[in-house]
Amino acid sequence: MTYLPGLILALAAFWFALSGETAPLFLMLGALSVLLTLWLVARLKIIDRDASPYHHAPNILVYGGWLLVEIVKANLAVIRRILGPTHAIDPVMVNVTTTARTNLGKALFANSITLTPGTVTVDVDGDRLKVHALVRETSTAQSFAPMDRKAASAADGRKS
Amino acid sequence: MDSVLSWIGGGFVVAGVALSLLGAIGVLRFPDFYTRIHAASITDTGGASLVLLGLCLIAGLTLTTLKLVFVWVFVMLTTPVAANALANAAFSSGHKPRIGTFQIVRTDERRKTPRGPDAP
Repeated sequence: MTYLPGLILALAAFWFALSGETAPLFLMLGALSVLLTLWLVARLKIIDRDASPYHHAPNILVYGGWLLVEIVKANLAVIRRILGPTHAIDPVMVNVTTTARTNLGKALFANSITLTPGTVTVDVDGDRLKVHALVRETSTAQSFAPMDRKAASAADGRKS
Repeated sequence: MDSVLSWIGGGFVVAGVALSLLGAIGVLRFPDFYTRIHAASITDTGGASLVLLGLCLIAGLTLTTLKLVFVWVFVMLTTPVAANALANAAFSSGHKPRIGTFQIVRTDERRKTPRGPDAP
């Protein structure tokens, strides 16, 4: 039940950011839609778990900043491959093991790999990920270790 | 000041459109389904981010900018899920990726080369 006030606050703030309306009628409709969402979330019985990962939010924001830099670097690398007649591509399937224990950590790591151009998570089975990569030399199993460590510590709340 | 920001924002939008075009060129040049996903993710990440960043600069400090930030966050959350679902569906239905080094040749030349046993 401790997550409920946070969820109400987040939903109300999100509604106000999207609408920007202050007339009583709109505020009432907004309150109704927040209540409807709360009812749906309660029916799904997820108020206490993944619906409210607020305590991870600062870590995940820091991780997001690091991931943005990686995405920019990977964008440039793949663009070179798209344009350059001199750069051969070398597709490969890599098996990557993750140290993330929770489903949130595994999802964060797998989605980070997919979001980075040049690598796509094809399959997740337990702690083993099957990754298709565009360039063999920059995508060994070890090259994913920094991202895995950061994603796992951001989502699972462990120190890296 | 506002017009300077608008011009910078316009530059970002044009750069984003250019990246999206590069992604489309990559989809045409790359040899198989899995490598084409990599090219398309240029459009998803670089292209969309630069266009939205440009629009934020044009809109200035308004509620519209906040909405654009939400759009960006949701794009970044949903596109990897879609790419993941596509790649997983292709792999589980037995579509084999082409593995190994090859130069990207012109599309019409590639059609003439005979397909090896590892071809999809």
